[in-house]
Amino acid sequence: MARLTIPYEEYMRSGHAACPGCGATLAMRYLLKGIGRDAIVSIPACCWTVIGTPFPTTVLNVGMMDSAFEATGASISGLRAAADALKLEGVTIVGFAGDGGTVDIGLQALSGMLERRTDAIYVMYDNEAYMNTGVQRSGSTPRGARTSTTPITEFSRGKVERKKDIMAIVAAHEPAYAATVNVAFPEEFVKKVQKAKGIHGPRFFHALAPCPPGWGYSPEKSIEIGRLATDTNAFPLYEIEDGKYRITRKLGRAKPIEEYLKAQGRFGHLRPDEVASIQEEVDARWKRLLQLEALD
Amino acid sequence: MPVQVISGNYAQAYAAKLARVQVISAYPITPQTTIVEKLADFVASGELQAEYIKVESEHSAMQVCISAAGMGARTYTASSSQGLLLMHELLHWASGIRAPIVMGVANRAIAPPLSIWTDHSDTIAQRDTGWIQYYAESNQEVLDTALMAFRLAEHEDVRLPAMIAEDAFYLSHTVEPVDVPSQEEADAFLPPRKARDIVRPGEATRLGSYIGPDLYMEFRYKVARAMERVPATMAAVEHEYERITGRNHGGPLPLYRADDADAVLVTMGTATTTARSVVDALRARGEKVGLAKLRVFRPLPVHELRELARTVDRIGVLDRSYTGGLVGAAYSEVAGAMYHARERPMLQNFIAGLGGRDITPPMVEQMYRRLIGAGGSEVEWIGLKERKEVA
Repeated sequence: MARLTIPYEEYMRSGHAACPGCGATLAMRYLLKGIGRDAIVSIPACCWTVIGTPFPTTVLNVGMMDSAFEATGASISGLRAAADALKLEGVTIVGFAGDGGTVDIGLQALSGMLERRTDAIYVMYDNEAYMNTGVQRSGSTPRGARTSTTPITEFSRGKVERKKDIMAIVAAHEPAYAATVNVAFPEEFVKKVQKAKGIHGPRFFHALAPCPPGWGYSPEKSIEIGRLATDTNAFPLYEIEDGKYRITRKLGRAKPIEEYLKAQGRFGHLRPDEVASIQEEVDARWKRLLQLEALD
Repeated sequence: MPVQVISGNYAQAYAAKLARVQVISAYPITPQTTIVEKLADFVASGELQAEYIKVESEHSAMQVCISAAGMGARTYTASSSQGLLLMHELLHWASGIRAPIVMGVANRAIAPPLSIWTDHSDTIAQRDTGWIQYYAESNQEVLDTALMAFRLAEHEDVRLPAMIAEDAFYLSHTVEPVDVPSQEEADAFLPPRKARDIVRPGEATRLGSYIGPDLYMEFRYKVARAMERVPATMAAVEHEYERITGRNHGGPLPLYRADDADAVLVTMGTATTTARSVVDALRARGEKVGLAKLRVFRPLPVHELRELARTVDRIGVLDRSYTGGLVGAAYSEVAGAMYHARERPMLQNFIAGLGGRDITPPMVEQMYRRLIGAGGSEVEWIGLKERKEVA
């Protein structure tokens, strides 16, 4: 008999304002299941500003603080400082920001928070574009993807540049803990959050959050596509604890990236040579991850 | 009460210490820096129990203060010039979220060309952010005003952030004797913050939120109403401060020899001291001139300005900033306030002292001469160099 390892308690009520099949919504739900009631969540301008529902309602059963788009790292330093100054025991401070709000406009504040060793958890939910404003490319959009600012025409083949490796940037700050998580693997997601909760210092999660309208697939396929992201090595699951890398899901043989790409409209234009080029990039990144894991 | 010989920046730091601030966050910029250095000393020596978050930008400094205030902490920061401009977006967040942050500002010019010297353009550019703005004339006033600002900002009827501006170097780095209240006096004046409408752990609370056209306007109206309540609350706070320390800086628009004056000059910051000496000199020669110190710029003391318009025929406004408009910002504000006065005075705008140029007694006298002579253009730049002097 399988044992349910995901806590039963819900800290997100029904009635949220997300699109059907939204990965970002699941990311919040699993995150709070792992942390519990005493979380205070700081949210910048992003999909979650809206998902959280307009005043005077809120969809979370925990404290929630809105902040400026680029300031999540600073906001959680402020919340931590207040919790310490006011001697509030047992509070877990969480920043919950999108990919644009993290790897682009919020990178400085994130770096500052990591360098200051703020005792807080920063979660970047990655839907791989500026989804709240209508699918514009971000630094976290993968190469080849069609977005509203990287269209497909005779002269334009989607995003030209590679996805920014936020985990490498975070790792360079030597955080207390960093991990990738994927809403398609909820048990692992919650387990890593629970582990992080018990660690002090700056902690970071890179959470893959598939986005049906932005990626171009029907809402019921979010989990399927999320699983493909990991099982093709497009989004490997791993953690970094005290500088030590550990891959937390390793298949004997990864599925070809084509399976992941062809399931999404944003990659529908890719030619075989372009798919092959992306496969090379995925393989190179996976190889590098294996090398990092092998380091003592 | 101990009198100490300290700079305006140290006066800011002493006020924050006496206020027992709980969270400080700051980023260095000249000429503000010695405020936050002094606070770092206070925290490091254990004289002040506070969380001190040293951030990577002014933008983050303000966000730290906003989020900490949003959980109920008493917060303080300081900045100048470009740093204050970088904060601009977040200044709106602070007032919109009703965070009673207190900030010291050493007024400094804006680049380019880069200049570290006195100029009010940095704080004037923040006039539309929903902050209470004080402009101090002396280091004593800096300390007293900063301490009063905490009580005003946190007051139940107000709950708005406040900045205390001091002229770069003239105050920030110039030492003066300052009567520093004892901690007991400060505690008697300023009790711990009673926070409401904050984010609490374990409760479904949200600060900030988003909203449609159905309610946004009402949020702004609440801020406007809070601003309207500032004058009465400020008067009560100043009265209470006087009761404890014996000092009162005369409300938002203290007047000097203005009762029977034919011409009055409106000044902000340290130019006031110079202008006061010019008033005395001109009075000694039988010229009926006076002075009005615009000590509070936000909210603008509309009532006091209209009263002044009732009794004085010629009013000059000295702007120590340039804001890109046809006229100076303080001038247009004063003119706007006086438009509905029963008797409208003749108004003239003087722009002087930008980028740290000294505003000298002869320059001020020139302004009074223009006012008395009732000639010249509406806006006049005073103290400009001739072309041959620049070349």
